[in-house]
Amino acid sequence: MTITATTVALDSVVEAGDGALVSVPTGGRLRIVDLHGNQAVDTLFYDAHDIDNRYSAFDTIREQRAVFLTTGSRLISTRLDELAVITDDTCGRHDTVGGACSQESNVIRYGEFTRHQHACRQTFLRYGAVAGIGQRQLAHNINFFMNVPVTSTGGLTFEDGLSAPGKYVEVTASRDLFVLISNCPQVNNPCNGWDPTPIQLLGWW
Amino acid sequence: MNHEMPGSAAWSAPVRAGRTITLTALADGANATVLIVGADRLDRLNIPDTLKSQMSARIKPGMVLMSDRGLALATVVASTLDWHDCLTGALPDRLLLLELTKHGFGEADLHGCINFFSKVAVADDPRASLAYIPGHAHAGDTVTLRADQDLLIFVSTAPHALSDGPAAGVAVQLESPAHVEDPDLREEAVRALRLTRELIA
Ligand SMILES: [Zn+2]
Repeated sequence: MTITATTVALDSVVEAGDGALVSVPTGGRLRIVDLHGNQAVDTLFYDAHDIDNRYSAFDTIREQRAVFLTTGSRLISTRLDELAVITDDTCGRHDTVGGACSQESNVIRYGEFTRHQHACRQTFLRYGAVAGIGQRQLAHNINFFMNVPVTSTGGLTFEDGLSAPGKYVEVTASRDLFVLISNCPQVNNPCNGWDPTPIQLLGWW
Repeated sequence: MNHEMPGSAAWSAPVRAGRTITLTALADGANATVLIVGADRLDRLNIPDTLKSQMSARIKPGMVLMSDRGLALATVVASTLDWHDCLTGALPDRLLLLELTKHGFGEADLHGCINFFSKVAVADDPRASLAYIPGHAHAGDTVTLRADQDLLIFVSTAPHALSDGPAAGVAVQLESPAHVEDPDLREEAVRALRLTRELIA
């Protein structure tokens, strides 16, 4: 038997359209694996000891002077604390401008027929509740593996993903965290390749 | 109502549906960081939804500012500038937080803001690198919003987080015009306005 400093603390599959709330301790590594490719994983980070100190997409973008996230990106909170760092990334870049889908924004973007399709913000509210994360605590999230090009002329589009089966991204917690995940069920745009698929979560701590 | 905010100040006010709010830069390099909360005091400005619904990475005239729940909060009916930053947030701002607190809100209600009068240019490189553009706004530049439901609006004149220039004042003018025509809008924005008018406005 080999004794190592860290052990596999988490190994689970999140089905398409489902979610998870994961507690990651300081120094813990959480890997999200895009098992089938082109799957958006909507993710929020909270200081586990004070959920008002939460991930801030636009503070993160400003502090790194770049829109896309990848290895080395520091995930910054509303108080400018570093919550986590992206420490590995085989996909190449991730979005944090596009936000999460909701029933209401689907109606605005695609029409009334989408009103009762499942959406990420339903998943966030369902899995966040046990940690006290409600509507007021929902902030603008990261979309791991999602491709939202932003251009010098100020344009923004949702494009086919850059990801592929087995690509992964790994974050290392800079403090004790709640990581709230929605494996996006969106079927109205190419963010999930029109076909949402399962992801794997692996954790070491 | 006409109020001149000095630089590095914060202010808030209710704005009734149908009224307009005009911000005017009082000096070159002004910045007005704006947060908006809707009529039910829970539904907030949602920058990602606003941008993805209207295929834009900046705020410009002819856009509807949308809420978390897919309603129209306000329409940008006119501006002398066609680029207002909404990607780079604001530094923690004690005075802005106090304005939120006056209305019963707090840190949990902070959301993606608009930095009116500021531009942060996006490069066409692999990271979409950002560069603050000094002097984007000049004294006299304006932006006018029409409230599409009863709003609470929060304004800070702290300098943009990436600016090393001095703080500048911003004038705030609230008016009650009889009617404000919709500007040319994308179909998604028209849908948000229609739903808002059917439900609450
Ligand atoms: Zn989604």
